[in-house]
Parts: sequence; structure tokens; C-alpha cells
Amino acid sequence: MYLCISVLVVFFQMELLTLPALRRMAICGGTHGNEMTGVYLVQEMARRQKEEGDKAWPVPLVLVLSNPRAMQECRRYIETDLNRCFTSAILSFPITDSTPYEIRRAHELNALLGPKDSKEAVDVLCDLHNTTANMGVTLIAYSPNEWICLHIYKYLKGKMTLAPVRLFMVNIPKNEAYSLESVGKNGFSLEVGPQPHGVLRADIYNYMKEAIELSVEWIGLFNSGVMIEGGEVDAYVFHKSIDYPRDPESKQITAAVHPQLQDQDFCCLKSGDPVFLSFSGETVCYKEEEALYPFFINECAYYEKGIAFHLARKTTLKIPSVRVQRN
Amino acid sequence: MTSRCGVCCYNEAKRVAIFGGTHGNEMSGIMLVNMWSKNEAEIQRSGVMTKPFITNPRAVEKCTRYVDTDLNRAFTPENLSAPCADELPYEVQRAQEINKMFGPKGSANAYDVIFDLHNTTSNMGSTLILESSADHFTLQMVHYIKKAIAPASCPVLLNEHPLLKYSTSRSVAKHPIGLEVGPQPQGVLRSNIFESMRAIMKHALDFIELFNNGVEFPPCSVDVFRVQERMDYPRDTNGNITAMVHPNLQDCDWEPLNPGDPMFQTFDGRTIPYEGSSPVYPTFINEAAYYEKQQAFVTTRRETLAAYAIRKTEQ
Repeated sequence: MYLCISVLVVFFQMELLTLPALRRMAICGGTHGNEMTGVYLVQEMARRQKEEGDKAWPVPLVLVLSNPRAMQECRRYIETDLNRCFTSAILSFPITDSTPYEIRRAHELNALLGPKDSKEAVDVLCDLHNTTANMGVTLIAYSPNEWICLHIYKYLKGKMTLAPVRLFMVNIPKNEAYSLESVGKNGFSLEVGPQPHGVLRADIYNYMKEAIELSVEWIGLFNSGVMIEGGEVDAYVFHKSIDYPRDPESKQITAAVHPQLQDQDFCCLKSGDPVFLSFSGETVCYKEEEALYPFFINECAYYEKGIAFHLARKTTLKIPSVRVQRN
Repeated sequence: MTSRCGVCCYNEAKRVAIFGGTHGNEMSGIMLVNMWSKNEAEIQRSGVMTKPFITNPRAVEKCTRYVDTDLNRAFTPENLSAPCADELPYEVQRAQEINKMFGPKGSANAYDVIFDLHNTTSNMGSTLILESSADHFTLQMVHYIKKAIAPASCPVLLNEHPLLKYSTSRSVAKHPIGLEVGPQPQGVLRSNIFESMRAIMKHALDFIELFNNGVEFPPCSVDVFRVQERMDYPRDTNGNITAMVHPNLQDCDWEPLNPGDPMFQTFDGRTIPYEGSSPVYPTFINEAAYYEKQQAFVTTRRETLAAYAIRKTEQ
């Protein structure tokens, strides 16, 4: 009797999800034209693909340079941030003569890699980014049900040797998701830093290369039919953003990120901890009750978006074991 | 400058300028000049008129290095003497305006001292840049600053190379000094970098005040790094880079690079070693703005310069 009950308990705890095979993966670089690692990694992978054909990786890859004009000028964007152009609404605007370059490009990428929410979309879309913030390797996913992305994160976390790996969960519904990876059936970004925009660091390149190779390796493993165990993973879930202190008239910033917060991405911020140091020497402290986790601390591109850093809650996500569906 | 009994006499430095925003995305200088333009208390010294000035306001507005052409290469004799015209690149017009306001370059009316505030993505710390080994006034100033911030270090880069020297915005003054503080990404303001630059300016202005008040500075020696050679990235026949600064060299500004040491890493992981015949001291390693100028880093050699005693000229 006792033996039967314990077997039943084990049976109910073991959840196994079967998912379709991942037949096509896209890797995109240069979505922001001055985030250099993705640009050069995609070009290098394209060179390898030309030499070795589909044998180069366990799954066929579509390699894309998302924003060629911005890349040419080594700028984040030409008219508008491409990585904010992929909401279902923007993708269904008709294109006219006055449509900004990046919105046209978003439509092209949606046709190439999507259409978003259709069965023709690529199975996995991985978008490569850099940040000036000290974020190591951060995988960005949209929702806690993106099992493929969460499994890839778990795999990277267990295997990456060169840099710390974290998961940032944006937590918005797919049709409101505005960035490129939401075009794929499963999509995630790899955000690697710190690296100045316009600079190519070999160490950052090596981290991103390792992360991509492990991601593709996991997909190959999944497609081969083995059962991949689930478990629990830590995630940082977006809570809110904090802007710099600004002059009320000129809107110019009046303080810099405090030296004790600078580079401390994902380190717990508690009430009383310094966050800004004003040019006149005053320290501004974090005043909220709830301890939260700052990240994207002092990202160059976020000054114009009114963001000094984001704050996240740390949580634990349960992911089921997965296996590829057998035909 | 006159010399008597081994002491170099220089005129009082009455007119000083602090330039920020020569590159519109190098934030420390921009924020300092804006701050000092609103409140001059910190930069006031007796007997000195110090003018904070944004040199490239259009580039600052766009948070970009330059609009048409690099302002910090624009102060050539050809540009400064070109007929004034709307068709000239923005920065050439700007160079002419700045030359009128703070120069003319090479004339007796030029400003005495100009400090030009820059940031770099390279790990250069707080570097002072000199354009002449024979300007004993600036050598003494640099010596004073180094002593004042010790034990923190303050490397001195001397760019007197006939081919690699360039026509900077500060070259309009009799005594030009560049401040290059890093590492800081373009478009980003780091508090520690901002405060380092601010501290150096404080000591520089203190020196000028002491000098103008008649203090005689005894002979001294100044260790410098003299610019030797520009090293480009390996490139393919189309001009595209084929390798990156090696992780072992990245961030190692001012440290010796010996023959055989790793220098570049190709995209498929191969190491390219340095093949010079003797050790060099690299700097400006992996500066963002220099990819387009074909420079991965610049090599320097160490040198000790002798600075004469200096004192202000008696009126």
C-alpha cells in the first residue's frame, strides 16, 4: 500500500510537456547598429555557413543583419528605434511614403522571419544586443510560459563558464511585445555587457559566442528526442524604471549614477542605499520599502528614454520537463 | 618666454579657457562646462579670467562625436585661412569662429591656456596630453598636477610626432593641454570619471593662480609616454576588420607590450602576437572613435623630460 502511494506522488510531480520540433532558427545582429558584437558574430557565422553549409550547426540557421543603414553609420537607429517597432499594431500599419525607415524595415523582417503569430514564423528567434551596463550575459524573455527560452536559459546557466548568466522577464502579452524576437514562435534576446557602443571587445564577443553555441546546442539536443528535465530557475521580473534627477526647466540631468551603484547590476538595492550623486555633491538614496534588483544601470541609450536603471523583483519560476513531439 | 639664470620666465596666464564638447558625446567635459557656465565659483581664481566653453554645440545637441568632420582635427592652417563660406563643413566654420574668439593661433593675442576636456573608451585613467616637449610652463603644470593627485596616477602622453600630431581645438592657445579620462562609453556619464576630471581641473587652476602670484617652480623632471606609431586592426581586402584587440591587451593601457605578447584575436579564435623588436607602451587601446581612423591602439615609448625652473615675467 505504501509503495503504491509513493509511486502515485512521483507520477503527479513529473510534468512532461511535448512540443513541436524547432526546425528553423534565426539569429539577428545589428538591430541597434552600434551594438557591435552581434554585427560581427552574425557576419562570422555567415562566413562559416558559406564554408561548411548546414553541417556547421545542429539546426539550420537564418542569419540576419537587422538594421543595415544604422550599422553603416554605426548608430543605434536612423529615424526610430527598430526594436520598438514589432507590436502587432505597428506591423499592420500600411506603409506610405512618409513611413520611417525602421518601420519599413520592421515590416520586411516580419515578412522574412514571421509573420508574427503565424505558423510560418521561425521557430526560434534570437536577437543579439550589447549594453553599456555591467549585465554579463542576460537572456531577455517575454513571458513565464516561453518554455523553450526558459530551458535555453537553464542550459546556459548550467554550462556557461565565461560570464554570469541571468534571466530578465519582461512580462507583457505577445501582441504588445514590441521587440524583434516576438516575431518568432519562441523568441529571446541575448544582452551582453558592459561594452561601449561602437566598440568591439574580444571578451564580450567570446561570451556571446559561447551563449549562442550553447543555445543552438540545446536546440539540437531537444530535436534529437531526449527528454530534457525541468526544474526551477531564478528570474528577474520587471517592476519599474527610475529616471535621473533633472532640472525642472532645462530637463538636463543634475546627478550621475552613484559610484556605489554603478556596475552593481543585479545586486540587491535596499532602502537607504545610495543611487545618485549630484554634481553639487549630494547623495540621493533609494527610499522604497521593498528591496529590489537594479539592472540596465547607466545604459547609454536610455538617457533619452528617461531611464537611469530598471528595477526588478527576483522570483523563482518552475519549468516543466520537455520532449519533442514525435510525428 | 625669456630665460635668465636658468629660470624660464613666462607671461602671467591671465586668460584661460576650458573647452567641453569638442566631441559631442564625451559627456564629462560637457557636464562640467555646463555646470561651470551656470556657476563659476569653483573655477574662479584671483588674477585669472577662466572661460568655460562648449566648442561643438551642434554635436552636443545630437550627442554625436561630430556633425560633418572631427572638430579636433580641424584647426589646420588651411582650414583657418579658408575664405569664410556657408558651404564649408560645420566644424571648419566652427574652428574659424573659435580661432577668432580664443586665438588667432600663433599670435600674441591668443589665450594663454586652453584645457580641452575629453573622454575615451580606452582604460587610460586620467591622462594629460601635451603637444610640445619644450613648453616648460605646461611641463611644470603637469608635474604639479601629478604630485597633487598622487598616489593616484596621471599618465602624460606627449604627441609631438610630425606625422601623427594633429590640429586640435586647444592648439589655438599658447599653452594647450588635453585631458583624456576613461574608460567611459560615449554618451554615458560615470560619476567617478566626472569627479576625476573635476579634481584635475581644480589642481590645474591652482597651479595657474600660484604661478600668477609670483611663485617660482624649481627644475623638475616629468615622465612622459611619447607617441611612436599607430597600429591598425588587421583588415581584409575590402577594408573590414578581421580581428579584435586581444583580451590580454584590452584595458592594459600604459603596460608594456613585449614581442610575442598576444595583440589581436581573430573572429575564429586565433591569436596574433605583437611582432615588434622591442617592448612598447600601448595606449588608446580600443577607442571607439578610432575604428574609422584606422587605429586599434597607438604605441609609445617612455621618456623623462627635464623642465626648467619657471617664474612669471616681471612687468
